[in-house]
Amino acid sequence: MDGFPILSLMMAVPMAGAIACLFVGANNARWIALIATLIDFVLGMALWANFDQSGSGAQWQFQEYAPIFGKFAWALGIDGIALMLIALTVFLMPICIGASWRAIEKRVGEYMAAFLFMEVLMIGVFAAQDLYLFYIMFEAGLIPMYLIIGIWGGADRIYASYKFFLYTLLGSVLMLIAMMWMVHEAGTTEIPALMAYNFDPAVQTLLFLAFFASFAVKMPMWPVHTWLPDAHVQAPTAGSVILAGVLLKMGGYGFIRFSLPMFPEASAQLAPLVWGLSMVAVVYTSLVALVQSDMKKLIAYSSVAHMAIVTVGLFAFNQAGIEGAMMVMLGHGLVAGALFLCVGVIYDRLHTREIARYGGLSINMPRYALLFLFFTMASVGLPGTSNFVGEFLALMGIYQASTWVALVCTTGIILGAAYMLYLYRRICYGEQVNADAAAMPDLSARELWLLAPIAAVVLWMGIYPESFLAPMRPDIVALEARLAPAAPAGDAQIKLGAPKPAGEAHHGDASAPSHSASGEAH
Amino acid sequence: MIQLIVLLPLLAAIIAGLGNKALGKLPAKIITTGALFISCALSWPIFLSFVAGDGQAYVAPLFTWIQSGSFDAQWALRVDTMTAVMLVVITSVSSLVHLYSWGYMDEEPDQPRFFAYLSLFTFAMLMLVTANNLLQMFFGWEGVGLASYLLIGFWFRKPSANAAAIKAFVVNRVGDLGFMMGIFGTYLVFNTISIPEILEMAPSMAGSTIGFLGARFDTMTVLCLLLFIGAMGKSAQLGLHTWLPDAMEGPTPVSALIHAATMVTAGVFMVCRLSPMFETSETALTVVTYVGAATCLFAATVGTVQTDIKRVIAYSTCSQLGYMFFAAGVGAYGAAMFHLFTHAFFKALLFLGAGSVIHAMHHEQDMRYYGGLRKSIPITFWTMTLGTLAITGVGLPLVGIGFAGFYSKDGILEAAYAAGGAGTGAFLVGVFAALLTSFYSWRLVFLTFFGKPRWAASEHIQHALHDAHGHDSHAHDAHHDDHAHNDHHHAPATGTGGYHPHESPWVMLVPLIVLSIGAVFAGFVFHDQFIGSEGGIAFWQGSLAFDSHLMHAAHEVPTWVKFSPFTVMLTGLAIAWLAYIKNTDWPQRFVAQFGVLYTFLLNKWYFDELYNLLFVKPAFAIGRFFWKFGDVGFIDRFGPNGLAALVVQGNKVTRRLQSGYLYTYALVMLIGLAAAATWAMTR
Repeated sequence: MDGFPILSLMMAVPMAGAIACLFVGANNARWIALIATLIDFVLGMALWANFDQSGSGAQWQFQEYAPIFGKFAWALGIDGIALMLIALTVFLMPICIGASWRAIEKRVGEYMAAFLFMEVLMIGVFAAQDLYLFYIMFEAGLIPMYLIIGIWGGADRIYASYKFFLYTLLGSVLMLIAMMWMVHEAGTTEIPALMAYNFDPAVQTLLFLAFFASFAVKMPMWPVHTWLPDAHVQAPTAGSVILAGVLLKMGGYGFIRFSLPMFPEASAQLAPLVWGLSMVAVVYTSLVALVQSDMKKLIAYSSVAHMAIVTVGLFAFNQAGIEGAMMVMLGHGLVAGALFLCVGVIYDRLHTREIARYGGLSINMPRYALLFLFFTMASVGLPGTSNFVGEFLALMGIYQASTWVALVCTTGIILGAAYMLYLYRRICYGEQVNADAAAMPDLSARELWLLAPIAAVVLWMGIYPESFLAPMRPDIVALEARLAPAAPAGDAQIKLGAPKPAGEAHHGDASAPSHSASGEAH
Repeated sequence: MIQLIVLLPLLAAIIAGLGNKALGKLPAKIITTGALFISCALSWPIFLSFVAGDGQAYVAPLFTWIQSGSFDAQWALRVDTMTAVMLVVITSVSSLVHLYSWGYMDEEPDQPRFFAYLSLFTFAMLMLVTANNLLQMFFGWEGVGLASYLLIGFWFRKPSANAAAIKAFVVNRVGDLGFMMGIFGTYLVFNTISIPEILEMAPSMAGSTIGFLGARFDTMTVLCLLLFIGAMGKSAQLGLHTWLPDAMEGPTPVSALIHAATMVTAGVFMVCRLSPMFETSETALTVVTYVGAATCLFAATVGTVQTDIKRVIAYSTCSQLGYMFFAAGVGAYGAAMFHLFTHAFFKALLFLGAGSVIHAMHHEQDMRYYGGLRKSIPITFWTMTLGTLAITGVGLPLVGIGFAGFYSKDGILEAAYAAGGAGTGAFLVGVFAALLTSFYSWRLVFLTFFGKPRWAASEHIQHALHDAHGHDSHAHDAHHDDHAHNDHHHAPATGTGGYHPHESPWVMLVPLIVLSIGAVFAGFVFHDQFIGSEGGIAFWQGSLAFDSHLMHAAHEVPTWVKFSPFTVMLTGLAIAWLAYIKNTDWPQRFVAQFGVLYTFLLNKWYFDELYNLLFVKPAFAIGRFFWKFGDVGFIDRFGPNGLAALVVQGNKVTRRLQSGYLYTYALVMLIGLAAAATWAMTR
């Protein structure tokens, strides 16, 4: 497919669909949206199939370049990391359209147009190679999300979208200023060039913080996470799916594409800040999730805890950590998306998110109970599911940088099990106490076809993650190499003792050769 | 071959689980049980080839799992002596439990789900024992945890079953935290997670130190103890044991398979599998010894006062696991594995026997309402008696002939004595625990099968009598709550109430009989292979750190050491006979005399209350605090809401900003972009 502008095509298809949706009736809009997203899915798979993941070829593939004015250009191109995130996007999109099939009854055309437009922008975010193009996509991508929450959302939708806006605004202004300075300094808007540019370490800190303000909100990291539970609660089901599935990944993508490679020294210097916030997030938001009585809030808080694993993995500065962070992003995108779909299934029937209104669903909805259990276990990080691979690698990575951070973040596996199983127990187990919940029918064929493909991919990622790790490997190895000079030394260095019988206390004599086994040694 | 053994149960679980109601009860039962019997039939030849000394260890690779830099975790199936021992234990007990469940779960409408869970468990357990690297072991470890969670909560309408299931999973996760940290540390130190490679390199790391949580410790001690925390969780050792008694909420066949014979021994298996690693840290071994001995004693004391037949056996299991751990701690890994092997037979037998009693007594589990059952259910009685003879270690010292437990438990005690050091303490504790073992085991037999029937006072029996068709589909959900028995103090304490218990169907009796054979002969037949100072070397083939000298010394201990378990066994039997057959008022008098001790034991040393106070309640309280005062009261108040308030008080321009924020936002972005573009063009 050399020279064929597939990335532009992948953006053009949903764009055309979005415009068409505005001018047709409700049912036609649904079909147009579904077909457009499915075409994009097929294109995305073709993209993956034609991607050279051997690592011997170019890092950036499918590049397109069309100057617009000055240095600003329509520059697209992807590496393995972007490829995986685009694949996630195009996979989730048809599912979102399917989830909205019956749930959305008012202004269907505009709704579908908003979703398709969002797909355009999200692919744009991951494919952009021009700094300003990225900025436009990154910020504009939130506009359809505001609309989706603000128009098709729940009762408190205005407050939720206001909060969303306020958090985002501050960060984006700072990031834009930083970008302008960077272009001025480096004389280019090309992201690959900027990734190799060595900024003055003194300035890096400021630039890092400016980007951090934006990415931390998108992530979201504690303490700028409070917009997320409200946004999720108010958003329609498909909005939550895409919010958890793809929009939250833009923060992580920002870190991996900008913060780490462009400001390696500042990243290393400020890593303890990221670690600290992440450690707090894991414990804090997990405990908050434990006491929620609203299903969507619970899953939203659990997302914050999972995203904290992403940030510690990224700031472990080693291959395992970064690969793990990417796998958590992909796995969480699928699993949290599926969990929101599971919530949507019963919300559509009973129109409440109150956990106490359900109970005993295993009796009348056995198929639903099985799939919900599967995604619950995936969220808990059971080996054999996607999330385990990511969490394990990310935590193993951070262990090489700091055992304390690893210990605190690993408690997430205990707390995560507690709040997820407690949720599942209240919804699916126990006696049927509410007659209306007991009368709900099991999954329809449409709902089954939304959830089953996600389950299949979650298993695939859990049992043979190599399919997903392989395309990203060369890029992550390159990133690790870029970070290596700045990476902090781990706190777990080994000092070999003189050979002596096991168990005798080591006296730490000077003769003992020291052997470093921290991250960079691998 | 090994692929078939491991994957058949998975296949059966998938078919029965996804087929569920559409497939039907009988096909689901045939598929799962059939698959297990095939696995079992294929496993025994492997084990016997190792017994005969001509078994070959090998690894059957499957495919790549996780690769990241030098981190390389492959799916592979390892077969060596350790695995072979576990293969026969798992597949034998599992296939018999599958068969037994045909009878025990006969009234259950949801049978395909039950059998699918059982087979899924078996698959996960087989993955655990065939693991060639730590990560696959962890996969199996979590897989059995999942199956355990599902099976404990199988009767998901029952709140107590749900609570027990969550507790089991979460407490095990505490252990898993240690296991995961152990894997991280091991990879950091050895740059591999392949078990054979780690074991080979472990001695070279002895004496080195490593940074951990800001301080420096002996490398191997840190790694071993972290991994051991995982073992403590899975094997219900003191501190992380609280989930095991509650796990008895699950159906009895599950208790026999998972919470007695196989899953709970995974911790012992792990320590033995990694024994060359543990050998490099004296400190770690000492901790293992003490934890094992403490658990052994703790659980045995609690077991003496429980009245629920399954809970007595559960604490007994906990206590026996303690024996296995301190055996490993003193370096007698062969003895630990031997006790694991024999224990699987006689403990599964005891549990399935208890299930048969419960079946006959219409789901009554309280031994206070049993009595005189030996005539009504003779086969159950005789097989359970054989199980009791095995667990109490009946046999003739010096002559050296006895039931299974005689070889394995006495082997552990003698090895502990011979090892000296921490082993001496463990020996004394172990002998005392053997006294308690004998007491509570015979107490169970006497209360259940001897004396006069006390059935009339049981609520479950009342149900059966008043409603001849009371065996409705939810009979298993019957309320076991203690309050159900509260008003029974006024009812007559004895009498059959006109109830006629029936012996269980043959599908339940055959497993009992087969397991009895194991309980009687497993020790006699295999003791030379497992713990013989010469035979052990040939049998284990280096798959665990077999200390031939220790085993030799264990055979040479003084005569009084050899006689002490025998003596305490007889003493325990005598006390039980005196208290529960001869003078049946003794228990009441004991309670009156030592009320505080009795209450302390009855409440299981107050661990549950303590943990509730220390962890569960604070977790919810802190969660609520973070939510209400952290998120809502602080971050939102001074963050977005505070800003909004400021803006509202500001001038008209900012008011416009607040009301039309979306457009403003787009505007700000566009202005910014325009500025950027201008800059880019003009410079």
